[in-house]
Amino acid sequence: MEEERRARINRLKWHCRRALLELDLVFQRFWAREEDGLDVQAEATLARLLELEDHDLWALVSGREDTDDPQLKGMIERLRAV
Amino acid sequence: MNYSVRKFDAVIVGAGGAGLRAAIQLSEAGMKTAVLTKVFPTRSHTVAAQGGVAASLGNSEEDHWHWHMYDTVKGSDWLGDQDAIEFMCRKANEVVVELEHYGMPFDRTDSGKIYQRPFGGHMSNFGEKPVRRSCAAADRTGHAMLHAMYQRNVKANTQFFVEWQALDLVRDADGEVLGVTAMDMETGEIVVFHAKATIFATGGAGRIYYSSTNAFINTGDGVGMAARAGIPLEDMEFWQFHPTGVAGAGVLITEGVRGEGGILRNAQGERFMERYAPNAKDLASRDVVSRAMVTEINEGRGCGPNKDFVLLDITHLPPETIMKRLPGIHEIAVQFAGVDALKEPIPVVPTCHYQMGGIPTNYNGQVVVPGKRTQSEIVPGFYAAGECACASVHGANRLGTNSLLDLLVFGKSAGESAVAELRAGNRTHKPLPQECIDQTLARVNRLNTQKGGANVHETRLDMQRAMQKHAGVFRFKDMLAEGVEKILGIAEQVGQTEIADKSMVFNTARIEALELDNLIEVAKATIVSANARTESRGAHVRDDAPDTPANPNGRDDANWLKHSLWYREGNRLDYKSVKLTPLSVDSIELKTRAY
Ligand SMILES: Cc1cc2nc3c(=O)[nH]c(=O)nc-3n(C[C@H](O)[C@H](O)[C@H](O)COP(=O)(O)OP(=O)(O)OC[C@H]3O[C@@H](n4cnc5c(N)ncnc54)[C@H](O)[C@@H]3O)c2cc1C
Repeated sequence: MEEERRARINRLKWHCRRALLELDLVFQRFWAREEDGLDVQAEATLARLLELEDHDLWALVSGREDTDDPQLKGMIERLRAV
Repeated sequence: MNYSVRKFDAVIVGAGGAGLRAAIQLSEAGMKTAVLTKVFPTRSHTVAAQGGVAASLGNSEEDHWHWHMYDTVKGSDWLGDQDAIEFMCRKANEVVVELEHYGMPFDRTDSGKIYQRPFGGHMSNFGEKPVRRSCAAADRTGHAMLHAMYQRNVKANTQFFVEWQALDLVRDADGEVLGVTAMDMETGEIVVFHAKATIFATGGAGRIYYSSTNAFINTGDGVGMAARAGIPLEDMEFWQFHPTGVAGAGVLITEGVRGEGGILRNAQGERFMERYAPNAKDLASRDVVSRAMVTEINEGRGCGPNKDFVLLDITHLPPETIMKRLPGIHEIAVQFAGVDALKEPIPVVPTCHYQMGGIPTNYNGQVVVPGKRTQSEIVPGFYAAGECACASVHGANRLGTNSLLDLLVFGKSAGESAVAELRAGNRTHKPLPQECIDQTLARVNRLNTQKGGANVHETRLDMQRAMQKHAGVFRFKDMLAEGVEKILGIAEQVGQTEIADKSMVFNTARIEALELDNLIEVAKATIVSANARTESRGAHVRDDAPDTPANPNGRDDANWLKHSLWYREGNRLDYKSVKLTPLSVDSIELKTRAY
């Protein structure tokens, strides 16, 4: 179990390596703060968010754009808060 | 430790602009081509480029490649090789139009031509007045470029190995390059990519500095791998600093902010640029503004508890202007400086932005090293392009929009050269040298078993802080010498890093430790080359090489009009001459660089 979670988290962490420094910095803080509290549901939402193109993702995280998807909204709020 | 071998005609490390462009050339010629990349291709750092790509298309006003060439030579402070610069500027239109055919959505004029805008340092008629030379796709130029080229590669059957980390260059006793060793991040499996042609397009190493506009991925892997394989690194003392990175974060605040009226202030609230550049003031060129800022900080007029930044003030601008003309700035200031830029100034520092030096190549994208007969002998089977390479077109200072051009032109020519060699039947799958493979295995094995070693994160931070302090925008003799010792000390630690997580799947700790092995080579090359070069030229500015009538701006052509070459083995330097003879036109004669 523990090992499986480690693998999943590590994969997510690598997918947080982005082309824009802005996003790298946000994710760095995010992991420092939220790693322990991330449940399976949140992991899945984050994975979905990480599929976005960098400029689109940054537009959401920086608050320049919004999404109607309630799950993504919640995760974006957590990212903004860091 | 086990490993397997896979054979290709060509292996390309890197799927940013340079790697994708080279891959198109090879795959479309029918070569079996593998492209390795740490991240999905369209997440390579090229995505961050917004300003555009230079080409003298002359769509908006008269322009000529010869004028572009002049600007580039002058921008390089005459350290750029004039044959390569002519080659690049002449090829610009061709590669930009090709990109258009690949589907790149360039901004257009009313008549449907590619729209062009002005950009710093690009002038018409040999330096007379600014010219519109930059071609862009809204504020997503780099991103659109990668998309267009990735699609083209998919069509041409390029084989992508996404989330693979190349570890070492495979180079045999004859000096020939036979591929790379790499790790599949997903499984930790090690594979030797055995190839007749190997192209490095791994991007820059901006993360050697504490304050950098570069994303975390820019760890100079190709440069480090080349150095470990005995290839010298060229002109590594030259790094471009952007004046306005957010203090503590590095995030770039575009020149447009000062263009719209933003003002730099010191701790006393003084608009200090009035003293350094009475005419251009805050809009003086990047290096002038950066040095003025560092002088303010060094003389105790910096802001904050540690007096280590200055302020970029836009509070006097109407909020509508900021929100409309400078989209994104407000968000960046809130996120990374914690200030509301409408009400408070933004803390900024000069921030590392671009690596001018790299793996030495000629204008055909072939890697060249000093040999028995000449200063530039081809390393069989090895090519490099993009920010990891040094062709050298940027010399001591790069012009904005010239790097996207560099990666298109030299990505293409590296690909073309490899195709020509393969077609001529000059390259075979020579037997792999076991020592090389063992070297990689030993490196990974050491990491997996190291006990009581140094922490990766802290060691990297030590290196970044030391580089920032000792080899930053403004360089001082004693600081440089001290910095060399410091970095060599940190290099010892890098050889003994320890990771707590030993798991196989996407082990980010291991990936980062392996990246640090590369960063430290770049840091050593930079500080050792900078310490030795006792003049000021372009981005390398020393306090002890001041502006005198004999050496305007501190540039000393009599002794230093030459390229540095740093060798990892023995930590030694060599030099080679600058190519002052272009391909078809007259040499652009040495002059003082003034704008
Ligand atoms: C904020 C910013 C804005 C910029 N704006 C402009 C601009 O407007 N115009 C301009 O001309 N220039 C601009 N530049 C510079 C320009 O973007 C870069 O020089 C250029 O994009 C570098 O492209 P590249 O193909 O060499 O490398 P990158 O795009 O950095 O790609 C490197 C590739 O190598 C891969 N890689 C690296 N190491 C390994 C490894 N060990 N194993 C496998 N794969 C590996 C990566 O995954 C990636 O795919 C800007 C730079 C920054 C930081």
